[in-house]
Amino acid sequence: MREFLEGSRAVAEVVKLCKPGVISAYPITPQTHIVEELAQFVANGDLASQFVNVESEHSAASVVLGAVAGGVRAYTATSSQGLFYMGEVLFNIAGMRLPLVMTCANRAISAPINIWNDQQDSVSLRDCGWVQLFAEDIQEAVDLHLVAYKLSEDKSIMLPVMVCMDGFALTHGIETVDMPNQEQVDKFLPPYEPLYKLDTSNPMTLGALGDPEYYTESRYAIQQTLKETLDLMPKVTSDFAQVFARQYSGIIEEYYTRDAERVIVAMGSVCGTVKDVIDELRKKGKRVGLLKITSYRPFPSHAIYEALKNISKVAVLDRALSLGSYAPLASEVKALFFGKKKQPQVVSSFIVGLGGRDITRDSIKEIFRLLTNKERSCEFIDLKPELLKEKYE
Amino acid sequence: MSKHLFTSGHTACSGCGQAIAARLVIDAAGPNTIVSNSTGCLEVFTTKYPESAWEIPWVHSLFENSAAVASGIEAALIHLGKKDGTNVIAQGGDGGSVDIGLQAISGMLERGHDILYVCYDNEAYMNTGVQRSGLTPLETNTTTSPVGDKSFGNWRPKKPMPEIALAHGIPYVATASVGFPQDLQRKVKKALSIKGPKYIQIHVPCPLGWRYESGLTYQVAKLAVETGFYPLIEYENGTLISRRQIKPFPVEAYLKPQGRFKHVVNNPDVLKKLQDIADNNIKKYTLKIDNQAGDQK
Repeated sequence: MREFLEGSRAVAEVVKLCKPGVISAYPITPQTHIVEELAQFVANGDLASQFVNVESEHSAASVVLGAVAGGVRAYTATSSQGLFYMGEVLFNIAGMRLPLVMTCANRAISAPINIWNDQQDSVSLRDCGWVQLFAEDIQEAVDLHLVAYKLSEDKSIMLPVMVCMDGFALTHGIETVDMPNQEQVDKFLPPYEPLYKLDTSNPMTLGALGDPEYYTESRYAIQQTLKETLDLMPKVTSDFAQVFARQYSGIIEEYYTRDAERVIVAMGSVCGTVKDVIDELRKKGKRVGLLKITSYRPFPSHAIYEALKNISKVAVLDRALSLGSYAPLASEVKALFFGKKKQPQVVSSFIVGLGGRDITRDSIKEIFRLLTNKERSCEFIDLKPELLKEKYE
Repeated sequence: MSKHLFTSGHTACSGCGQAIAARLVIDAAGPNTIVSNSTGCLEVFTTKYPESAWEIPWVHSLFENSAAVASGIEAALIHLGKKDGTNVIAQGGDGGSVDIGLQAISGMLERGHDILYVCYDNEAYMNTGVQRSGLTPLETNTTTSPVGDKSFGNWRPKKPMPEIALAHGIPYVATASVGFPQDLQRKVKKALSIKGPKYIQIHVPCPLGWRYESGLTYQVAKLAVETGFYPLIEYENGTLISRRQIKPFPVEAYLKPQGRFKHVVNNPDVLKKLQDIADNNIKKYTLKIDNQAGDQK
């Protein structure tokens, strides 16, 4: 049913349809609306979940870890500092091979404290063993939560999935969303059946110490499984299409890339703006396109290579930094072409939209304008040079 | 097949008080128990993959989150309709519990989960090499509260964790000692018979960290109680319902076998400070047996 919904409300609705047995969260802007809605569903008796109000994000992540270890589907959501505070638990959940879905309402990292949107939070946690899927709009955010549970709980995967949606832009934005119904969700996502759990009738030790004899293999196994996640994704999204009649790749999306001369690579809600600019420039005969990365982890090197190998100029947009080095997404896109026969002449790197600074159509046009034969590294767009003159003496 | 739910073959040091206490706890709790264990000695010496000393479902996640993980397990059991008849125990050492884990424990107690938290108190970070914790006694020589020209060891008394737990208004709080196994097991059973959050802190001597002969664990544990230095108390719904009464020995008897107090026993001023702690406990909890009637409940 098509409804006009706030992103947070839409995500809460779809999480409800997934019937998690345990929900635990700690409030942080801009994640709050999602968990408030879920708390209300539980309070109204519309959702039969245990809602555990915790004293920190560290405990929120630990509660859902315990819940999944206890054999039930679970859900949490956070953002920014909260994601960082969960950090060691997130590594732990992946290492323990516990399937879980979390929403990350992407937000900048302090200092200076800033509640607005960029992607530094989840990008900084790219190495924690979670699948990270970035949504472009509210519809995709809703749908990716369903994909996330299905992928996470697949017996060949058993890894947690983070659905990343840009804070405010998607969490507080309102769009028309085609909401799935319970019957469809039940058909797509059967009840969770754990492979292993804490059960007094079959005692098991979980979270054992892995010494040098075993540790490497446990990490290798995650690395292998994440690769296999990319192989499984087409099956999951094809099942999804059959039930919900919407088609996603779940890995990358190509927008006018086939004949393009210049292509922007980006993740998240900025892709909508880039598409608008492409529509405008295409009318003027410019051969421009977009490669949207949905699956940041696992990083789909092969799919990106195939999409970009014949493109002459590529601009990678990062809404995060690896301070003191190359931009995170750009460095990976560049790296995947090393030693390859076919590759773009130029892969330039642009930094946009940090701490909620608007990315306008003009920002995107500026990037296309700067995407010339001269390769650019970490080129900041919409920088205010006048502010850099201020000195503390 | 061992008759214990905590089996031999683990790699604890000989004379480890924590290993004995952990076995007493899980045997008292019985097979219908799920344990969430903090990082620390107990976790390391019982679950080096691919071996495990635990005959019950057992999970370890991190250092400071066993109370929160247990909260999730309890919530899952409620959702599955399996909470009745299943005990949930969260446990850790003193550092993992009352220092880095205090926030998670406080959250667990405040939210009213039906969970027993067991703190194995060996009075320092033993797994990392005897560093001072919030439960290290006053003037104790540890690797991070060393004795030197300008230091007599640990400069603060123990954090009053049983009182902090009590202040949460929870139905059951007790201290126990591995030196009094029947009392310890009775308290575990009592705690598990009560619905809601429970806290038990068990004194577990550590031969390596306290530097005494490993055969003396029981004696050292008993002397801590019998000097009044580690009072055994039990609160139900905020009321003191039992305490182990004693004919107090001087604290010196407890301190003397331990290398960590070597610098104290020959120093009358410092010794008096520690005797004062015991005397205050004896007074506060009326631990001294009077000749009329001994409360040995």
